[in-house]
Amino acid sequence: MRQPKIIVVGGGLAGLMATIRVAEAGVPVDLFSIVPVKRSHSVCAQGGINAAKNQKGEGDTTAKHFDDTIYGGDFLANQPLVKRMCEAAPGIIDLLDRMGVMFNRTPEGLLDYRRFGGTLYHRTAFAGATTGQQLLYALDEQVRRHESDGKVKKFEGCTFLSTVIDDRGVCRGITAMDLRSMEVKTYTADAVIFCTGGIGAIFGRSTNSVVCTGSAQSVLFQQGVDYANGEFIQVHPTAIPGEDKLRLMSESARGEGGRVWVPKKPGDSRPAKSIPENERFYFLEEWYPKYGNLVPRDIATRAIHRIVYQEKLGIDGQAAVYLDVTHIPPEVLDRKLEGILEIYEKFLGVNPRTEPMKVFPAMHYTMGGIWVNGEDQATNVPGIYAAGECEYQYHGANRLGANSLVSCIFGGGLAGPAAVKYARNLEKGAESAPSSVFDRERRRQEEKNQALLSSDGTENPITIWREMGELMTEHVTVTRVNKDLELADTELRALSERMKKINLSDRARWSNQTLNFARELENMIILARVITLGALRRNESRGAHYKPEFPNRDDPSWLKTTRAKWVNEEIQIAYEPVDISQIPPRARRYDAAK
Amino acid sequence: MAESKQVIVRVKRQDGPKDSPRWEEFALQWRPSMNVIICLRDIAENPVTRSGKKTTPVSYESNCLEEVCGSCAMLINGRARMACSALVDQLDQPIRIEPLSKFPVVRDLSVDRHFMFESLKRVKAWIPIDGTYDLGEGPRMSSEVQQKAYPLSRCISCGNCLEVCPQVNEQSDFIGAAIISQVRLFNMHPTGAMHAKERIRGVMGHGGVEDCANAQNCVKACPKEIPLTESIAEVNRQAWKLALLGWLIG
Repeated sequence: MRQPKIIVVGGGLAGLMATIRVAEAGVPVDLFSIVPVKRSHSVCAQGGINAAKNQKGEGDTTAKHFDDTIYGGDFLANQPLVKRMCEAAPGIIDLLDRMGVMFNRTPEGLLDYRRFGGTLYHRTAFAGATTGQQLLYALDEQVRRHESDGKVKKFEGCTFLSTVIDDRGVCRGITAMDLRSMEVKTYTADAVIFCTGGIGAIFGRSTNSVVCTGSAQSVLFQQGVDYANGEFIQVHPTAIPGEDKLRLMSESARGEGGRVWVPKKPGDSRPAKSIPENERFYFLEEWYPKYGNLVPRDIATRAIHRIVYQEKLGIDGQAAVYLDVTHIPPEVLDRKLEGILEIYEKFLGVNPRTEPMKVFPAMHYTMGGIWVNGEDQATNVPGIYAAGECEYQYHGANRLGANSLVSCIFGGGLAGPAAVKYARNLEKGAESAPSSVFDRERRRQEEKNQALLSSDGTENPITIWREMGELMTEHVTVTRVNKDLELADTELRALSERMKKINLSDRARWSNQTLNFARELENMIILARVITLGALRRNESRGAHYKPEFPNRDDPSWLKTTRAKWVNEEIQIAYEPVDISQIPPRARRYDAAK
Repeated sequence: MAESKQVIVRVKRQDGPKDSPRWEEFALQWRPSMNVIICLRDIAENPVTRSGKKTTPVSYESNCLEEVCGSCAMLINGRARMACSALVDQLDQPIRIEPLSKFPVVRDLSVDRHFMFESLKRVKAWIPIDGTYDLGEGPRMSSEVQQKAYPLSRCISCGNCLEVCPQVNEQSDFIGAAIISQVRLFNMHPTGAMHAKERIRGVMGHGGVEDCANAQNCVKACPKEIPLTESIAEVNRQAWKLALLGWLIG
């Protein structure tokens, strides 16, 4: 029997889980990652991972987790797979526990659970405030074990450039570039699973890591893989502003009792601690009495924007609100939140155990992503699969906190065996594709490198990237206005034009990071346009997508999935129905119990 | 004027593994909350030295920018640390930025730390689960053990502990404190403990725990404040116990 071969691109949680599952099926797997997989962006996830284990005797069930997720996502997610994910979540926690994740424990030695946004139950298992890091390490260790046994071959420091698609439209492998030798090579595989994560860099500064550019997703899009719900971008309510990055202050701070407030008096310049209780405005608690500080992220973010921009109540007139954990005993803070408090202290030089933190919303996550079917993470191109943040399946119009880690592991776990099954069922494997198909694609990529290296223009890639980020953050995040979105699209096209006059200031053929960045930047601009056009078309407000001109959710016109396609080198936006077979849509509100 | 304040940065450049290094100096515009990563980005946007000579952007590794991925370790004013948390206002100028010296240079500040990941294989730093299928919950663990193990599990493989260790040099293959601490971590876990001997054998012999000369630099350099010297002492004890047992049984 023919031995199939699988490639996984991306070594975060989803990619590692997919890799493990393929290796367990006895199929060789090549794992590609820009950074050593242990340094993937999943390490930045802080607060925890959701599973309705009902470990606090509150009557929590997987059905309630499912309902919270669909409701939190404003009914835009296709429901059947979300249901399966919520049902699988308790088993995923067990698996991670068996892998040795150092989850926090109760006095009985069981896993501890805390509250998170958009639910009234203690449903979130956690390992201090570095849960993503701990989960990633557990999977990284399992992959290393399979690597030791010769089942997995890692290509770290190797970036995906394109898929190799044969004349029948079937994916037969990839081209990738070694980031040291800058050599472009082709790699054959019967199926390729993409787990390429977030797209934060499109917004310049975000809570995402440097590698989260969305470049791979954009490449796939330009090769005929559809992209769904791109306009749904999560802006996290609480991050520390910074010049290089907006550092996340986990929702778990509020899950453990942290409170968000501003001084009642505009421009009050007294130090936070000296402002008496009755002169503080706990606006989330006041506006959303049932969920309080734990309303979903889209709601909290809009509330903070309203406080700062409409009510002019930002701290000392600035774009900031307090996130206050000073009333929580230091012992609890150190046991449950140390990781994030350490970040605040290191980067701002202020101790958040005694001084309220100053935070502001920041681009954090994309609900939208590569279009996949509702069964097994397959895209519309045969042989291409996607899992994790890079695909669109699980979170609808807004993701609930601590649901991303579970969707990564569930999706990756589904994609691995699905790709194996597909590969085994192929009549003719990738080896049957003519070598000319591979040569053609390699040459195309080499020519792209050559063009960039020899371009002798005046434009600097970092400058173009910064301008794109500012544009996207201003017009395509929290509040969206159609004329601004139109302007943003025009400007993005202008940036694409300026890319033609690029100057890399580095023509080296060895470890040329500027060359790789310029390639990514071209792709980022196209994905930025997909996001912008999706937002421009959707004339309603739903979840994270908010238009003051169309302030309400409009199910008759807009309960549908945006599906962007690349046709004749242009973006085409189409729509398809949402699978609402399990829970009929109802109005979404958080000021009272649902 | 604070706004026009300059930041002077000296970067050790090296085109490739076999090329000889050189220094370049840059004058950058000061900004609030500036860190070394922002300095390197500013250079990339305008790669011109202080003396007005055109140069190339500096090659360096970075990813999370919040000290949790371990990428951006380098020598800053002679000290091994993460560039993202190295705030300009807390550094003496000119700021000297060099690659870690105990790892092969790839280009400029990028180094090859593959050795650390290979060492994790050597000591079998994992829990050997039977499979990812459903086998129910993991073993129970007291909160006390979890609180002891969790700090060890925060190691980001940055390599700073190897950089500052006098035992890591051209004559020695010492695997370093980070790896030894991982042995302790996995041996603490109820399932991991079943395979403790395999891991201990991994840190015995050439380059193993015995090569530690107790300089205690590692624990001071660790950005995650992992009790590395405690880990070394504990693993050393486990290694002696295993060696003694082997000798007794013959």
